[in-house]
Amino acid sequence: MAPVIKVENLSKKYIIGHRKQERYTALRDVVANGVKRTIGKLLHPHAGQNDPEHEEFWALKDVSFDIQQGDRVGIIGRNGAGKSTLLKILSRITEPTSGKISIKGRVASLLEVGTGFHPELTGRENIYLNGAILGMSRAEIKRKFDEIVAFAEVEKFLDTPVKHYSSGMYVRLAFAVAAHLEPEILIVDEVLAVGDAQFQKKCLGKMEEVSLTGGRTVLFVSHQMGAIAQFCNKALLLDKGMITQSGEVKHVVNYYMNLSANNMDGFKAETAAGHKDVAIVRAQSYDIDGNPSVNFMHDQKIVIVITCKVNRWINGVDVRVAVRDSKRNVFTTDTEGMELLAQNEEAPEELHATVVIPAGILRPEQYFFKLAAYIPNQAILDLVEDALSVTVVDGGSKYAASEGLDYGCVFVDCKWVIDTNPSHQKALSL
Amino acid sequence: MNMNSELIIEAGRTERHYWRDLWRYRELFYFLAWRDILVRYKQTAIGVLWALIRPLLTMAVFTLVFGKLAKLPSDGVPYPILVFAAMLPWQFFANAFTEAGNSLISNANMISKVYFPRLVVPTSAVIVSFVDFLISGAILVGLMLWYGYLPDWRIALLPFFILIAFAAAMGSGLWIAALNVRYRDFRYIIPFVVQFGLYVSPVGFSSSIVPEKWRLIYSLNPMVGVIDGFRWAILGGNVTIFWPGFLLSNTLVMLMLVTGIRYFRKTEKTFADVI
Repeated sequence: MAPVIKVENLSKKYIIGHRKQERYTALRDVVANGVKRTIGKLLHPHAGQNDPEHEEFWALKDVSFDIQQGDRVGIIGRNGAGKSTLLKILSRITEPTSGKISIKGRVASLLEVGTGFHPELTGRENIYLNGAILGMSRAEIKRKFDEIVAFAEVEKFLDTPVKHYSSGMYVRLAFAVAAHLEPEILIVDEVLAVGDAQFQKKCLGKMEEVSLTGGRTVLFVSHQMGAIAQFCNKALLLDKGMITQSGEVKHVVNYYMNLSANNMDGFKAETAAGHKDVAIVRAQSYDIDGNPSVNFMHDQKIVIVITCKVNRWINGVDVRVAVRDSKRNVFTTDTEGMELLAQNEEAPEELHATVVIPAGILRPEQYFFKLAAYIPNQAILDLVEDALSVTVVDGGSKYAASEGLDYGCVFVDCKWVIDTNPSHQKALSL
Repeated sequence: MNMNSELIIEAGRTERHYWRDLWRYRELFYFLAWRDILVRYKQTAIGVLWALIRPLLTMAVFTLVFGKLAKLPSDGVPYPILVFAAMLPWQFFANAFTEAGNSLISNANMISKVYFPRLVVPTSAVIVSFVDFLISGAILVGLMLWYGYLPDWRIALLPFFILIAFAAAMGSGLWIAALNVRYRDFRYIIPFVVQFGLYVSPVGFSSSIVPEKWRLIYSLNPMVGVIDGFRWAILGGNVTIFWPGFLLSNTLVMLMLVTGIRYFRKTEKTFADVI
């Protein structure tokens, strides 16, 4: 079957000005630069066209992919990988620099919740306005009006200006309008992150319904891997404007999670982070013999060394490790104060925090470590999501035969008594 | 909702479906204009009365200064009516030009987040000014009744002159809106043009006081043709029109409209990147 979206060699270039904050130009500068360039050419006729104030930046580079009808495609990648640019081009908000896209069917995109909402207008007025901006006709909006209001749960406030709405109500109303668009292709940027968990679930449910019942195609950007894995069946991974992985959602999400942390080199901060008082600059996992390692048996201890650079010492700094499983649940956190280590008069340049995770606790799974340096109840000095990841494999526990099944993420040594009578006392005395 | 329609997005491609898209989004013209009108008078004490007070006061001052103090000729027409017949197209043009010029900037958020034919935005701004124009028109009707001054058959041609006024407002509005996105200097040029234009256009006086040999050059100002046309149609009787100048003005209006649309369409794809 022919794809509904066919993207061929798509590229998008932005020119970044290094000097100015604004993206628009002032006429004065155009004139001034023109004069400068002309004089420059007269003086140095063979000089190149290098312009140090402007740099090319390829937000997308040679991207090609096909999307079939009815697919729910997750688009993942780090910040700045080109996800939003891709969606903007697909939604015709901006033009590609080169390449070609063919799209079959009506496209509706929701890049931001509540675009065009006017705070002075009432809920009712905003539904009509927003609907029209998104491309619905008045008759269409009228037909779906009650459904939209019911979905947003704002019946009582329909005639109140939306500036008096709570942020939750605002988001619900805005999503409700977009969710009732019924396009053949729905493009959704990370907009659900603003709502509460229950509402997110409702929105995903609505999007799934739209996709399954209508055979509609959905493109969905999110940083929440759980939402992507749950909702999408296909995924694209973007990195520095290029597609590095695509295909089944599980495969791509796993690849991405491994990529984001699971390398032998551990974590190294990319910048010097001189503006942070205490910065986490390195982290590495080791086995008990002191060799760097990312794969552990379940009955091995995991040693993590976190190196903090101290730019300005503050008393009362704690270091924290949080452990996440691959479903992004944080299931344990541990903290240690660092002030004891720094009681000598000269503040140290670097501090190393070593933490040992006991053996026989983590079940076979992939784990991610989030690291933070902070002052309790006051300030977070530095925070690194997914700084490290390790994989725990079964080293022969009694569950080894069940490998691959979900049997939890921690080993707990429970007591059992099997008897012909209930044996409460006997079990407690064990 | 047509599965067979295929949309091609390519660099530099002029959209085949542009005008069809514009038609599909026709209700957005209405909704944006409706929003602006609705919002404008929310939280104001006298609301729509503002649309009446401004032209009335301007008319009173012009009548006093040009009619009573400078004692300029009025071709036998009551001076307030002479002024108001010109105020009508001038205010429409000035408001439309200002609103359209700033419309893209003030809707920047929408432009960077949703696709729709961008022409809708400045056009809606012109439509809003047209609503004010209609309100002012009611004042003129009231004035003419007050003075017992009745128009003749030429009033039937007024819609044609309204169209020309519309074209002048759109043409200049599109130019300035598109330029304003790229070069914010135009934000400061807009009020200057409006203020300057009021003096060089025949609003407070009849263009018949301009010496014959300068009439053609005077008509290089597109608003001269529009205003003369309005006076000719509304005041009737012995008001004459300088046809070569009128044609020159209108040619310029059309030129401005056509080039305005072309420049706007050429640049609109980059709006989201620079706004």
